[in-house]
Amino acid sequence: MATETAVDVVMPQMGVSVSEGTITRWLKQEGEQVEADEPLLEISTDKVDTEVPSPASGTLTQILVQEGATVDVGTKLAQIGGSAAGGEPAPAESPQEPATAQAAAESAQASSAESATPTAERVEEAHQAPAQASETSEPSGNGKAFVSPVVARIASEHGVDPSSLDGSGKGGRVTKKDILAFVEGGGAEQEAAPAAPAEPQQAPEPAAPQQQAPAQAQAQQQQQQRPAAAAPPPQASGVLDQAGETLPGETVEPMTAMRRGIAEHMRRSLDTAAHVTSAIEVDMSRIVAVRAKLKKEYQAAYGVNPTYLAFVAKATVETLRDYPYVNAELRGDSIVTRSFVNIGFAVELQDGKGLIVPVVRNAETMNLLGLAKGIADIAAKARNKQLVPDDVQGGTFTITNPGGYGTFHGTPVISQPQSAILGTYALVKRPWVTQDELGNDVIAIRPIMNITLTYDHRLVDGAYAGRFLKALRERLEGWEGDGG
Amino acid sequence: MAEMTYLQAISDALRTEMRRDKRVFLMGEDVGVYGGAFKVSLGFQEEFGPWRVLDAPLAETAIVGGCTGAAIMGMRPVAEMQFADFISCAWDQLVTIAAKQRWRANTPVPMVIRLPSGGGFSGGPFHSQNPESSFAHIPGLKCVCPATPEDAKGLLISAIEDPNPVLFFEHKHLYRRIKAEVPEERYTTPIGKARLHREGDDLSVITWGAMVHTAGEAAQKLEAEGVSVEIVDLRTVMPWDRQAVLESVRKTSKVLVLHEDTRTGGFGAEIAATIAEEAFEDLDAPVKRIAAPDTPVPFSPPLEKAFIPQVDDVVAGLRELAEY
Repeated sequence: MATETAVDVVMPQMGVSVSEGTITRWLKQEGEQVEADEPLLEISTDKVDTEVPSPASGTLTQILVQEGATVDVGTKLAQIGGSAAGGEPAPAESPQEPATAQAAAESAQASSAESATPTAERVEEAHQAPAQASETSEPSGNGKAFVSPVVARIASEHGVDPSSLDGSGKGGRVTKKDILAFVEGGGAEQEAAPAAPAEPQQAPEPAAPQQQAPAQAQAQQQQQQRPAAAAPPPQASGVLDQAGETLPGETVEPMTAMRRGIAEHMRRSLDTAAHVTSAIEVDMSRIVAVRAKLKKEYQAAYGVNPTYLAFVAKATVETLRDYPYVNAELRGDSIVTRSFVNIGFAVELQDGKGLIVPVVRNAETMNLLGLAKGIADIAAKARNKQLVPDDVQGGTFTITNPGGYGTFHGTPVISQPQSAILGTYALVKRPWVTQDELGNDVIAIRPIMNITLTYDHRLVDGAYAGRFLKALRERLEGWEGDGG
Repeated sequence: MAEMTYLQAISDALRTEMRRDKRVFLMGEDVGVYGGAFKVSLGFQEEFGPWRVLDAPLAETAIVGGCTGAAIMGMRPVAEMQFADFISCAWDQLVTIAAKQRWRANTPVPMVIRLPSGGGFSGGPFHSQNPESSFAHIPGLKCVCPATPEDAKGLLISAIEDPNPVLFFEHKHLYRRIKAEVPEERYTTPIGKARLHREGDDLSVITWGAMVHTAGEAAQKLEAEGVSVEIVDLRTVMPWDRQAVLESVRKTSKVLVLHEDTRTGGFGAEIAATIAEEAFEDLDAPVKRIAAPDTPVPFSPPLEKAFIPQVDDVVAGLRELAEY
């Protein structure tokens, strides 16, 4: 049905535990027609990335929240139909449509319940209860007459008649603070200041401000985590305000949440680790031969491509076993090494829009086929926005592979808190000095790949890294078998 | 330390214990292939295999009964009820068998049942309850209700180590909303020990679970008015830390007991009664309770908001106590 009255588009609840979402892309622009259930925008949340269908048919009259902004669930994002002027942000309790299979699945169970809504009277009655209680607890007549148990005890301990004091409590009741102030003041003080210190036997505790600090820090932290939530509906101009004036020819776009995260992590890594890069050249002749043989078999039997990256990853995992510090972490004052290898693979998302490092867990248990499949699976999940939080956590070592573009060297940044990152570069046929069967030097044409190890010199020494690279090269150049 | 959500901290605890102790295994509806309704056990079946991460049929009786048997035979099962509400289906196995086995036959039952509980997202009457007081009433069961990621991890590891059946109430509303630094190494948080969430002089709030955060927000508002509020996070409801509660009562003399469960017979009643029995002469005001009204949890968002104690409700209650 076409809409004449305005319909709000709100940030949907993507599962019961998700509180906010980021708008990644508007699929319609202001003024465009949209049909009910037609994809309207793409959002990204902690749990899923998804499209949001339009709640109604009509003209998209107003977009209130721009791409890149993160807002609370329930925030009004746009308006369909009506006039463009009526753009008040919707209250949080405006009805929300579950928009994905995920949300639908979680709420499907809920919807199986009968709609046995409690009557309004019942809830109202319950909510009036406190008010009634406070009325009945108000002492009848002279409030000073009621002496609370603690006041009675203090009065008898100090021989004070509470009825002789002026009370600051309800109806003039003498409170614990009143009588303590009286006792402390030696009877001279009749009125206690509302914020008087506590009991005399409890000296002011110096620890108090420190103990409150974490609570405040936590509150600040919560605020920091949700910058967009506290801000008014973001507008494009808000970005300019922060960035300052723009010059002719410059364009400004808001940083995505991912870009902010990458920026923070890269800076922090360089501030944390002592980055050093060593490089080695590897003759990949055997790998090229083995791969040519396996490629057909893997494709036909398993639909998996045994990429060079898979070979390098397999050899790396085996080599890490002998060089545990390369697969380690500095944690406080300790060095943590592992009996397992969770390899992260840097995957570029579309067009410089960021990268993500999904993790293949327990790579030490996988053969070449398993690793090739694992890498292909997570890369596909990353590109199709199907990664879940656990897919990108727990990495112990990272491999980045910019060689596809022909680059032959680089100095990648370590993914914290890991201790190293391996870079693999273009496989290039080069004239190579080698020896023939008689031991004479000859020049041959060989497929050569440069491999770098960037390591945290706080933990990994140069000689150790050099031995690691040498062992890795020997494993690749002397590749045996099919990769079992 | 690493920043984790409440949910990640729970996953982390499970993973830590499963890697450390081969007796630990998971059983529940969709915990395996699907990774759990809330993705707590995502990737577990890949890491630990289908025999340690078991997808159970939709039969809570079978899950709890099976885990009870496994625990008696020396395993360390961790069962998941998809929602805490569904544990009523397993009442007999849990209450009649698991809770009493130690007394009846002197056999430990080292079992944990994870219970995603609590409301705040219009889940309605079958997916929003906080049934901890029903089980706190059953001798032989322990009831744990963490409010922070750090406690969620430490208490879950303690629960797995514990030789008794432990019900682990994890609040769904906190899963991805609460993030904090959590030690990456293995550690335990003692069951039965409260945590001082916030120190104050004028009023005490005794609470647990998601209400710790509601109380925290209310306390900040009161602070602006010059009233200093102390918050005791019980962390475990059975056994509960009477000493920490009574200490706070003796200090402030004015107490608010706050919980998300319904009022009548809720665990707050037990706390209020204990304060009246053991700290009567330290009270300067009646012990106040704020809890949900005695109805099922409503679907309707405005009604649910009226049902679950909100920050403003707590602020009003605290003001009333401060003025008393």
